[in-house]
Amino acid sequence: MSLILGGDSELWAIVLLSLHVSLMAVVIAAAIGMPLGAALAVGRFPGRRALIVLLNALMGLPPVVVGLMVYLMLSRSGPLGVLELLYTPGAMIIAQVVLVTPIIAALTRQSVETLDAEYSEQLRSLGVSRLASVPTLLWDGRVALLTALLAGFGRAIAEVGAVIMVGGNINHVTRVMTTTIALETSKGNLAMALALGAILIGIAVTVTAAVSLLAARGERTGLRHA
Amino acid sequence: MRELPILAEAGQGASHAGIEAKGLRIGHNGGALLDVAHLALTGPGPTMILGPNGAGKSLLLRCLHGLIAPDAGTVRQDGQKLGAAQRARQAMVFQKPVLLRRSVAANLDYVLRRRPLGRAARKARIAELLAEGGLAGKARQGARSLSGGEAQRLAILRALAAEPRILFLDEPTSALDPAATQAIEMMILRAARRGTRIVMVTHDIGQARRLGHDVAILHRGRVVEHGLAHDLFAAPQTDTTRRFLAGALVI
Amino acid sequence: MIGRTFAAGLLALGLGLGLGAGAALAADEFIVVQSTTSTQNSGLLDAILPGFTEGSGIEVRVVAVGTGQAIKNAMNGDGDVLLVHARAAEEKFVADGWGVTRQDVMYNDFVLVGPSDDPAGVRGGQDIVAAFKAVAEAQAPFASRGDDSGTHKAELRHWSEAGVDVAAASGAWYREAGSGMGATLNLAAGMGAYVLTDRATWIAFGNKQGLEILVEGDPALFNQYGVILVNPEKHPGVKAEAGQAFIDWLTGPEGQAAIAGFTVDGQQLFFPNAGS
Repeated sequence: MSLILGGDSELWAIVLLSLHVSLMAVVIAAAIGMPLGAALAVGRFPGRRALIVLLNALMGLPPVVVGLMVYLMLSRSGPLGVLELLYTPGAMIIAQVVLVTPIIAALTRQSVETLDAEYSEQLRSLGVSRLASVPTLLWDGRVALLTALLAGFGRAIAEVGAVIMVGGNINHVTRVMTTTIALETSKGNLAMALALGAILIGIAVTVTAAVSLLAARGERTGLRHA
Repeated sequence: MRELPILAEAGQGASHAGIEAKGLRIGHNGGALLDVAHLALTGPGPTMILGPNGAGKSLLLRCLHGLIAPDAGTVRQDGQKLGAAQRARQAMVFQKPVLLRRSVAANLDYVLRRRPLGRAARKARIAELLAEGGLAGKARQGARSLSGGEAQRLAILRALAAEPRILFLDEPTSALDPAATQAIEMMILRAARRGTRIVMVTHDIGQARRLGHDVAILHRGRVVEHGLAHDLFAAPQTDTTRRFLAGALVI
Repeated sequence: MIGRTFAAGLLALGLGLGLGAGAALAADEFIVVQSTTSTQNSGLLDAILPGFTEGSGIEVRVVAVGTGQAIKNAMNGDGDVLLVHARAAEEKFVADGWGVTRQDVMYNDFVLVGPSDDPAGVRGGQDIVAAFKAVAEAQAPFASRGDDSGTHKAELRHWSEAGVDVAAASGAWYREAGSGMGATLNLAAGMGAYVLTDRATWIAFGNKQGLEILVEGDPALFNQYGVILVNPEKHPGVKAEAGQAFIDWLTGPEGQAAIAGFTVDGQQLFFPNAGS
């Protein structure tokens, strides 16, 4: 354990790659999922209910299936093979975006819809159109959206099935915390795997605590999502 | 509460925006939730819409404001049909204030930013509004942490920030104690004196007496009587009004 | 305001990490080798690849999966070189045009590992088929890879020769892990089961618990590794030149010496035999 925490540069590279892949995935998934969730919340069009049910179901997408789909897309014999993204961090980010976007979109949809029920009449009275109300609803729902981002990040950083398939767990290239843990477990190095697991949990707890702290400060200044 | 200032100096009524509803109807299961043949608000106001629970008061207010489109009938403001330009000069305050999850000042700025005002002008206007509502020290406080009375005052200030010609109020004091109610009534009267037409729904006869220039009695979706407050309270013309004023009209 | 600061910070952190990782990845030429868990879990490739990269400037990225999946990935063109151990499947891969030629690289051997109390009584035997028969008769728990890997194919061959229908026993005493060698060894250690493993993975494995080698030395346990260049005519994206350079090195004197020189706990795990 002390060996692991002793500033091993290889370990740090793995930790940083994990953070890089998962944070990028969450940023991209948020850019897609938040507007999508907001549109589903405020939009009124045929098939909307069905889309919401579908989105909620997609929150539970099995990572291995997503990994397989992304592999088939990015494979040299797949439709996007020319991009040469397979076995790169880019492929891992794509797989995690697929996993995380439904989570962020569904949670955004829910919080924006709840807020919209409260705000819509007042905003219309102020002359704000449905479309123009979206930024207001997103901003005023920011505490709930932060939780949605956290849920997405938690899913991404802890996920192994998809990233090992499209990343290949290549040393120094696509090896992240979870795939390293899987590898060390398969080597029978259970103590090492456990120690890495402890670090992974530590990262997840640190990120969550930091975000919760920010949210709590927001509440103290009366910005609470009451 | 008797020491309220006398309202509306003579002559100011001419500048008030007039509002006229004709043939307003909202049907429901063969009956009508709202059935207003004609209602013209052309005097100086404030206009009080009085009536028992379920009479359609809030529905009428929302129709006049354009939040709900009636099944039939028209609403005109100064002879013009309600469009974006007309609605931009209206504002509404709801029974339960809907405040944005931001600071007090940001709630006002939300409205001011939609107008062609510079940063400095907006800041000055916010200070002015906060002073008007007795919230001067609370600019940076979270709006959702205000007390009930403060929250409704902020909602009124935000409505006034748009400098509306017509301000609709839907039972704004029904959840407040007498002191908070009085502060809000003062704000409403000051706005009226500055030339804003006030159209207010209430179920509180005393409040209608205190604030109303003219009063409309609504019952089962119909305006049964509309007249100057003094006359209507002194000599009601219909049996329905008499029973309502006597507290005998429940539905 | 706090939320805005946080969002900006998150974005900056994400982009910063993105740029950093992007720079780190801007390496020289690289090839992707589809290989098996045994070459990676034993530590062989980590030990010998730096020697090749130093001399050639070509980075070797190893994707370590079961032989079956490695071959399928290579058929999809997702690799430049295939380094696996399932001779029949490799020869079919070449015959079907997916690979250029197959060359021997090295061998190690399989061993039958089992619980030290040896309920099937196979300890010390040198006939793997007889040992498998004994395990089946005793209905002693047996952990199989069950993943169409080279080891799995070898194991099934022995069952077939022993005349045992393992499909009928699946879920009873015959347990299919559907996983890599390491995960299967963990399973066997956990339930005190017999398991067929390559010697390299076994020696390097860190969670042996009560397991030990019970049967070894049967010529039928010989485990040959072959290397194949994925056919660039099937997949134009294949880096044929760099891939061939790696194959030449691996089967040449330098690579063969590196393989011979790789030891764990003083034991040589792989025996080079290119060109023999």
